[in-house]
Amino acid sequence: MSGSSVVAKPTIRQSFSARVAALPKPVKIALWVGLVVLLYLLPVLDPPLLSTPDTNFGGVLFTVATYSLVALGLNIVIGYAGLLDLGYVGFYAVGAYTVAVLTSEHASWPLLLAVPVAVVASLVSGVILGVPTLRVRGDYLAIVTLGFGEIIRLVAVNSEWLGSAAGISNLGKPPSIQLFDIPHLSWDGIVASVDLDDTSAFLVFGVVDRTPYYWLALTILLLVLWADILIKNSRVGRAWEATREDEDVAELMGVPTFKFKLLAFAMGAFIGGLAGALYASKQGFISPNSFLLLFSILFVAAVVVGGQGNRWGVVAGAALVAYLPERFREFTEWRVLVFGLALMLLAIFRPQGLLPPRRSVRARRLDERLGAIEGRGQTNA
Amino acid sequence: MLLTVEGLCVNYGRIEALRDVSFEVPEGCVVSLVGANGAGKTTTLRTISGLRPVRAGRITFDGQDITALPAHKRVQLGICQAPEGRGIFPGMTVRENLDMGTYVRKDRRSASVGEDYKRVLELFPRLGERSGQSGGTLSGGEQQMLAIGRALMSRPRLLLLDEPSMGLAPKLIQQIFTIISQINEQGTTVLLVEQNAVQALKRCSFACILESGSIVRDGTGQELAQDDSVKAAYLGGDI
Repeated sequence: MSGSSVVAKPTIRQSFSARVAALPKPVKIALWVGLVVLLYLLPVLDPPLLSTPDTNFGGVLFTVATYSLVALGLNIVIGYAGLLDLGYVGFYAVGAYTVAVLTSEHASWPLLLAVPVAVVASLVSGVILGVPTLRVRGDYLAIVTLGFGEIIRLVAVNSEWLGSAAGISNLGKPPSIQLFDIPHLSWDGIVASVDLDDTSAFLVFGVVDRTPYYWLALTILLLVLWADILIKNSRVGRAWEATREDEDVAELMGVPTFKFKLLAFAMGAFIGGLAGALYASKQGFISPNSFLLLFSILFVAAVVVGGQGNRWGVVAGAALVAYLPERFREFTEWRVLVFGLALMLLAIFRPQGLLPPRRSVRARRLDERLGAIEGRGQTNA
Repeated sequence: MLLTVEGLCVNYGRIEALRDVSFEVPEGCVVSLVGANGAGKTTTLRTISGLRPVRAGRITFDGQDITALPAHKRVQLGICQAPEGRGIFPGMTVRENLDMGTYVRKDRRSASVGEDYKRVLELFPRLGERSGQSGGTLSGGEQQMLAIGRALMSRPRLLLLDEPSMGLAPKLIQQIFTIISQINEQGTTVLLVEQNAVQALKRCSFACILESGSIVRDGTGQELAQDDSVKAAYLGGDI
């Protein structure tokens, strides 16, 4: 590291992650399992300070999980492939509207059948948008996608078939099976007691208690996270990285850049549509106002604030963007101001995002493989 | 003939960048394209590697017409370009950059990749010292070496070099041309684009001189190096 002037002292995060990495494998697995269980139990534990006093905590956590899902999808487009998409809410809307049309407005399909169709519909819309527009670069792509997001919304506003400005209500719900009830904790200061009157039914998707929706969204989020890890560490991840760094040079190395950009776009659209379908089903009602340009910007903010290119970072960013305004609902209009200030502070003090991208597993494996050859080369010479 | 270029015309919008350019690259040779700034040298290379569309003309590689083939497919056939200047992936380490060179290889998981890696480090020991450093932090000369090394990792049949001596210290220029000769001796055909006509003509078997988008002279390197008008225009001789 001699020649570089940016040799940084190991930060708290680096020493922390190094310490975690050094733990034996069973301990690491146990930690992960513990974390996941904790995440599932979060609405039941209802921890003070973290909990939202003014809204159903399960509902807020559901929003956090869907935003995280959206951020993961958008991170593939922005963070991995380097394509600025300012109309991502369009895909979210395609997913949501497909579910609405199929389960309520024009047919009464069961939700579980409508969701796959919705996801495919938004994937197809991603490809249709991508084929002509991915040939333009940088700023132009941002403008074209911005237009796409608005077009989808305006079509919904102006088409009676899609419920016009009033939207569509009575959307399908996931099938409920009541197996058992899980009591919530009730906190008095720091003393917790089990509150048998406040329970979440496993698994009933109701209107008042949103916790089962959170469990569903969290499950999907974990699956997508897992897929994201696999893809990022594959040859596809490497091709995206090269394309993002320099498109011409990537092409000169034999990477079919257009194909990979389209793949990133389609996968982003797929995940965005999935999040939209989830949202629509939980809400039971959608209108064009749920898909304003503002949301596209919020999604991009989540990715940028979290650290584009780092999946944990963008999930953290999404959690912040979704959670902070709900937590501070008591400040009414002021909360938006506080939220804006929080974003600005982050931009100043963490310009690369909460968690900047780290070296991938693939890169570390390559280091080991080629590093070994370097060693041998020197002894031979 | 490994590469044949016939009647190549390339436009940037309405501006003609190349006009009826024809030349050949025989297998196993070093061929140089020499010319001043803006003569169309880089355009010629970018057209051969597939980054620029052709308005008219034909490019044949090893008997196969590749005029309409996209760039990434040409790499699979064995044409690999080391782009001009800072044509590396700045955010990737030296190792990752070199590894990108193997992207198209079918045997990229085999041990032969390790051998090629070792060979590149022998040609450019500097890269071994910098292997964990990100490409963007290398000096201009090191980046140039990295771009050439990365192209070699794809085991090209035809190596396209765009201004390998650009921005290098005189001592390094000599060194990089020696390395190019070495690469050629190891069996890779090289098409070299250069402003440094002295070195380029000395090292090549054939050369073409480009002037505002057309080839004005061609011949063996020696012939051109001794030609009076070439000397006057490119080699700094007396008129």
